[in-house]
Amino acid sequence: MKAVIAVGDLGKRYRVGQRRRHVTLRDAMVAAASAPLERLRGARRQAPWIWALRHASFEVMQGEVLGLIGRNGAGKSTLLKILSRVVEPTEGRADIRGRIASLLEVGTGFHPELTGRENIYLNGAILGMRKAEIDRTFDEILAFAETERFVDTPVKHYSSGMYTRLAFAVAAHLEPDILIVDEVLAVGDGAFQRKCLGRMHHVARDGRTVLFVSHNMDAVRRLCSRVMLLRDGQLVADGEPGTVIARYLAQESTQSPPDEWIPLAATSRRGTGEARFVAARYSSLETGFAGYAHSDGPLTFFVTIESDIARTVDSMAVKLSSPSGVTLINAEMMALGQTLGLKPGTNRARIAIRQVHLTPGTYDVGLWLGDSHGRTFDHLDPAFSIDVVDDPLPRFGVTPKGNGFVPCCFQVFQDDGVA
Amino acid sequence: MRPLVSPANIAALPVTRIRPPSGWTSLNHRELWNYRELLYFLVWRDIKVRYRQTALGATWAIVQPFLTMAVFSVFFGALVGVPSDGVPYPVFAYVALVPWMYFAAALTQASTSLVDHSRLVTKVYFPRVLVPAAAVAAGLVDLAIAFLVLAGMLLYYGIVPTAAVLTLPFLVILTSAAALGASLWLAALNARYRDVRHLMPFLIQLWLFLTPVAYPSSVVPDRWRPVYAMNPMAGIIEGFRWALVGSGERPGVPLAVSVAVILTVLVGGLFYFRRTERSFVDVL
Repeated sequence: MKAVIAVGDLGKRYRVGQRRRHVTLRDAMVAAASAPLERLRGARRQAPWIWALRHASFEVMQGEVLGLIGRNGAGKSTLLKILSRVVEPTEGRADIRGRIASLLEVGTGFHPELTGRENIYLNGAILGMRKAEIDRTFDEILAFAETERFVDTPVKHYSSGMYTRLAFAVAAHLEPDILIVDEVLAVGDGAFQRKCLGRMHHVARDGRTVLFVSHNMDAVRRLCSRVMLLRDGQLVADGEPGTVIARYLAQESTQSPPDEWIPLAATSRRGTGEARFVAARYSSLETGFAGYAHSDGPLTFFVTIESDIARTVDSMAVKLSSPSGVTLINAEMMALGQTLGLKPGTNRARIAIRQVHLTPGTYDVGLWLGDSHGRTFDHLDPAFSIDVVDDPLPRFGVTPKGNGFVPCCFQVFQDDGVA
Repeated sequence: MRPLVSPANIAALPVTRIRPPSGWTSLNHRELWNYRELLYFLVWRDIKVRYRQTALGATWAIVQPFLTMAVFSVFFGALVGVPSDGVPYPVFAYVALVPWMYFAAALTQASTSLVDHSRLVTKVYFPRVLVPAAAVAAGLVDLAIAFLVLAGMLLYYGIVPTAAVLTLPFLVILTSAAALGASLWLAALNARYRDVRHLMPFLIQLWLFLTPVAYPSSVVPDRWRPVYAMNPMAGIIEGFRWALVGSGERPGVPLAVSVAVILTVLVGGLFYFRRTERSFVDVL
């Protein structure tokens, strides 16, 4: 077998705090004018560099489905962006054989004023499909997206679910030799996610090479034949999915004890940062459990939020997910129709969950702050991890054995033999 | 699904080589040719979207040059009495305003196009030059619509174009090339320095004064002519007048100068754009 992707000593570095958005010609002229002077003084101020990815070397064979895992900021997306040719590497080399299609985002280039039909063609062309190819697969795409009835409606009138389905459907019908996918399965409802996963399976079975980034370990385990683990821009493990995923879950998860403030200022995150979480604390507020949450018990999260200005937020959430990335609880303020008034500076808030219907184990906690217009102020996922412990107290007169339990409403009927 | 290449044939697949950027690179016209369909779709999108949710729709393509022509006719034509080479002033002005407005709009759109499409540029690879090129090409539809009105005006004033009208396609291509050439420099600069957006209205206005739109180039003193001709739009606008209403003499020399200037700016712009396009994503 010959390698279709050969990567050697690949690296990308950025300047720390490189926010060139506000660079103006005036700044550049001032810098150019003062540069020789500063050089004379021997005091040229250098912003430090950080390597988002360094010394990455690996090969991918044809037909392999390679999963990339690691915490946020580990360098997964940087690697995919270099291989997709969206960013240039700082050093090293990568040779890729065959046609590449990369999906770094769902619905790139979609225009809200255009109809479903028009966007299928536009998006297909942007992702590298020929018009003839789109013509041929058009009906399939439409059927996959389940939006046949709205094909001539501008997509601005679509629900977000329909929009996502249509966007993914186009991408799912790409027929490249190599497919690069970044975390796009995190969108859409459960049923559609399963459908997308099935489609990716199909692509992979076809012998195409797939590079796949996800935080959903179940998806990675199901889909990939090989997994690479990245940490701080370095490739730290490469091999059989079960082994690498186990290593990731064991080493990368960091459980935080209850009743202690957890600093979050340095945690990697997304969002505008206009208002942000700086610390969090959690507790069951039950002395019998030393603050640990137990199955079916209460759990309260205390958060410290810093805001630049006075503002009202209508969307704040605490999310609990399994280590494999499946969301289990989403306590979202929007569901209550409540708002939170933030004053400039430091604010405190509390989210109290009355009963945590979770079996004992380790769970990731995600924190979200935004508004109902889809703006993200701050999003940490995961922010930290917590342990849910077994409840040793007797219930209904018996002490539950084994792995704890989550109660549910149920009834038992005795039926006669004939159905 | 498209049949997959068997393992034995992997060697036959095209190889993409990814390397750190290093200085000047070739224009890679073969890759551009491979992406021609994307150019078509980008242009098509711009045209489709341009007048969606506007009350006047494509009428805007006529309203702007027509009203400007009316204002020019009143102030420059009637009140100031600017000479118009023996052609009725409204026709004289409109013939120049149509290509000028296409040029100005194309230049403005294309110069900020990379930043306007930053979502696209940071998520998908394609030759970045397609973005300003699509912006320039999309303006051609407005140009065509505005020309229809011109045909009506010629009919009204009883002006019959000569065989020179056949040079029209060449002049239109030249205008597009001028807009693309200048916008390649400006778009690349705008990716890094957002000042370009603020510079554009000012630049366009100055450029209009330096171009024989409201006045004939015959009013420019002879000794300034060589400098004046360095503005590629000067030769082009005189070319449009000569081709459509037969005013002035054949602008052979000014046009030749225009072609030379445009080619220099365009080729230089293509190379400069290629050199800087690799770092666009880091600064967008």
